[in-house]
Order: sequence, then structure tokens, then C-alpha cells
Amino acid sequence: MIRIENLAKTFGAKRAVDGVSFAVERGEVLGFLGPNGAGKSTTMRMITGFIPPTEGTVRVGAHDVVESPLQAKRLIGYLPEAAPSYPDMTVEGFLSFAADMRGLAGDTKKRAIGRVVERCFLASVIHQSIDTLSKGYRHRTCLAQALIHDPEVLILDEPTDGLDPNQKHEVRNLIRELGASKAIVFSTHILEEVDAACSRAIIIDRGKIVANGTPAELRAMSVFAGAVTLQASGADTETMTAKLAALDGVARVEAVDGALRAYPRDSSASGRLVRTVVELAAREGWQLDGLRTEEGQLDEVFRRITLPDTVKAPSR
Amino acid sequence: MSAGHMISTIARRELTSYFASPVAYVFLVIFLLLTGFFTFTAGAFFERGEASLASFFMWHPWLYLVLVPAVGMRLWSEERRAGTLELLFTLPIAPWQAILGKFLASWLFLAIALGLSFPVILTVNVLGEPDNGQILAGYLGSLLMAGAYLAVTCMTSAMTRNQVVSFILSVVILLFLILAGFTPVTDLLVRWASPAFVDTVAAFSVMTHFDGFQRGVIDSRDLLFFLSVIGFALFATGVILRNHRAG
Repeated sequence: MIRIENLAKTFGAKRAVDGVSFAVERGEVLGFLGPNGAGKSTTMRMITGFIPPTEGTVRVGAHDVVESPLQAKRLIGYLPEAAPSYPDMTVEGFLSFAADMRGLAGDTKKRAIGRVVERCFLASVIHQSIDTLSKGYRHRTCLAQALIHDPEVLILDEPTDGLDPNQKHEVRNLIRELGASKAIVFSTHILEEVDAACSRAIIIDRGKIVANGTPAELRAMSVFAGAVTLQASGADTETMTAKLAALDGVARVEAVDGALRAYPRDSSASGRLVRTVVELAAREGWQLDGLRTEEGQLDEVFRRITLPDTVKAPSR
Repeated sequence: MSAGHMISTIARRELTSYFASPVAYVFLVIFLLLTGFFTFTAGAFFERGEASLASFFMWHPWLYLVLVPAVGMRLWSEERRAGTLELLFTLPIAPWQAILGKFLASWLFLAIALGLSFPVILTVNVLGEPDNGQILAGYLGSLLMAGAYLAVTCMTSAMTRNQVVSFILSVVILLFLILAGFTPVTDLLVRWASPAFVDTVAAFSVMTHFDGFQRGVIDSRDLLFFLSVIGFALFATGVILRNHRAG
């Protein structure tokens, strides 16, 4: 549904987005991650046709966003980062305006408004003027506007920003549910959301894509992925560390909070690692008090690939 | 979805937002008070002893100088400030339709304000036998002039997210458009510049082109002048907004 090729945007001398390519199909929820100023919002603004790209193409459905903007925009529902709305309007007036702009009328319009009001939990504030609403409600009013025409493509810029934990949960569920039948791109800072809602994630840094994969694939990039952590007694820590380090497939051993963590040499060694460790413990007569295989941590992956080189070098 | 549907949707929203705030009512009251004051007191309506609205229309270029920018200054600057510009330009609407829709809504608002000054017509008709055709031409000219002022304000409000800056910019531009043809100024110019030069400068002035309407003459050149100011300023608005989005 969304096909982006070599997208670039230059503001003065700064290259905010630098050669980004990816595609999102129907049924996919793409999480768009990256530090502040990485180019997430700029990319989304180019997809939705708000700002023209300096280079590259964006196709939404069968339409090029630059060449046939109106056809492309009809397919898109967009929640901008600041969730803007007209403060002097009531929630109902604003949604009615959005419906009119989308060409909905009569019963279809009434049903569409009813549907998004229910979906975004706005029923209690429907007749209130938007400037009297709290941030969470204003945010959801703008989200409702994006959903009003049941679009095939949803672009959501930080949809859970400023919501309380319950609302965050609801919105994540909503995204996952909608993702079954739509192509969705949403940006976030919150890494748990990638697990909670995405089928795929892209990490962007300084305008370039630095990682692209399923949440599990991204986690596997972590240095922790496949590491075995064990708590055992029966020998002193030095002996255990030495014996573990001597095992085939173990790169290094590290003491963590009274336990020992053995890192695999490479990803092919990680599958067998836990068995080798158990066999060693049995051979040496250690009593195992705890044993687990690490899954890898998204935040560690995120930090490692988005921090400048000078900062990340010593942490390895 | 036709262009007409999009334009009228935008215009309706804009017009509703005028009346949703006290600004509209404050403006209407002030506009009517000021026209009344200028016509009857400063314009010496009764002392003139003639059945015409000359003392009513002669103040309009000056009255609009302050009041029209006040109506139009928020048109685009507010969209920029609140971020709704991003919402508007990601909806399936062509930019010219949005520009025209917002302009027409504000123009209609000014037309309502102007229309509410109808008691002066009744007054002058009760007191004497005025040329109602001339009065109608005056109203038409006044409305066109308001439209031209508004289009200029539309343009300045697209330049900035700050309403005050937009107001001041448009007052300065409009002041130039008035003074270029204001008799005391042209009399001064003619002392050292050639009459052809003075005439060329004056041809850009709203005063020169509003003059005919006040006398009851609807000249196609005057019509064309106001319509082309509107057209040019709205086109410039489109260019400014496009450049703003392109960054």
C-alpha cells in the first residue's frame, strides 16, 4: 500500500531524511523508531503530502503523492505529531467538518461519526468545545478525525504521546486491531509499543534507516540475545567463570547481580549454549538455583545503533 | 467531491468560527459605531444638505485600513500557529480551494457588516430623494475594496504565524495602496514628478478606483482593478504557503 523509494529531504544545509526506502503492505503495522530529530516526522509529512520530498518517490495505493496528491490523500488518515484541531469547534463539529472534507454525507456520515466517537471514547465530551478538553481527549479527537473515512492507510505520528497508561493501552489495542485490515505506520519513543502493536519495526537515525525487521529480529541484534544467565552454587565464582569461559561457543562471561552470564560467540552457538551450560554444571556437580536464556533487549539495540560512534565505542 | 463542495465546506467552517467567538460581534458593533460617527459627525452628513451618501462612503478606505486587517489577520497565521495547516493540507483538498474558501468566508463576513449599515440608506431616503443607483454602486465599490484589502491581509497572514505581524504588514501595504492616490499626496508629488509618473502611481491606488463607484459610475477598469488585486494577492498567498511547506 505504501511504497517509498530513496526519499530525501533537505532543509538548508541539513539533510533531515537521507535516502529512506521501505514498503508497507495491508495487514502490516510498521513501528517507526528513532531518537528526536532523526527524521521520523519529516518522513511522515512527506508520505502524507504535507511537505514535498527533495528527492525520491512516495506511492500510496496506486498514486504518487506528488503527482496525484488528492487521490493519494483520500486513502490516508493522518494524525500529526501535535494532534492539532480547531479549538473553537466542538468535538462533534470538528468531526462533522472532517467527514464533510472526506465527502461523507447523510446517514454514512452519521454512522462514521458514531463509529469513531465510540472507538476513541469521546462520547462523554462530544458537545464540548475542543479548547476545554484535556490533552488526552484532544489527542483522541484528532485520532478520530484520522479514522473517520475508514482509510486504507493510517499514518500516526506518536499516537500515544500525552496519554495516560490506560489510554495508551487502548490506543495500542486499537492500532493492532486496525492493523489487520490496513497498512499502518506509527512512530513512537516507547519501545514496549513495538512489541505490543507492531508486526515490523524500522529504526531511523540521522535520516537513514539503521535497522529494519520484526521485533524478534531486532531483539536478536542485541548483545544479550541468546546469552545464558545462571545462578549456581558448589564452586567459587572464579572457578565457575573460568570453566564457563572455557566452554566451546562462549565468547565471554560476566558477573551480574550474583549470577553469571555467558555470552555466545555467535548466533549459531546461542541455540546450543544452554545445553552446554547444563551439562557443565552436571559434570562439575554445581547446584543450579536459576537458569535462563536472555531474549535480547530492544532498548539496548536502540541505544547501540542510534548513539554517535564516539559514545558507543567504549560500551562494547 | 467537487471543488464547490470543498470550498463551501471550508468557508462554512471559517464563518462558523467567526461567530463562535466574541470577535465577530465586537467587530460588527465597532464597525457600525465608527461608520455612524464618521458619516454623521466627522462627515457632516446633515450640514451638507444633500441627499447622498458621500459622507458615508468617503471614510471607507480609511476605516477598512484598520478593520479589514483585524478580520483577516488570523486566516492563515492561526492555522500555522495551531498546526492545523498540516491537518488541512493533508486532507484531500487542493490548496487553491482552501485559500478561496477561507477568503470567501471572511469576505462574506465583511459583506454582512457592510449590509448591516443599511439604516443609512433608509435615513437618506426618508430625508430626501437620493439617487439609489449611485448608492448601490457605492456599496458595490465598497465591497470590492473590502475584498481587495482582505486578499492583501490574507497574503500577509500566510507569511507569519504571528497575527500581530500579519496585521502590521497588511496595514503598511494597504496604506501605500491608499496614499498612492490620496489627493494631498498626489498634489505633493506633482510638484517635482512628471504628471505621467504621478498618474501611474495613482493608478495603483484604491482611492482612484473607488472614486468612480462613489460617483455612481461602474467602470470596467475599476472592477478589473479590484478583481486583479484580489486575484494577485490570493495567488501570492498560494505561493507563500507552498514555499512554507517546502521548507
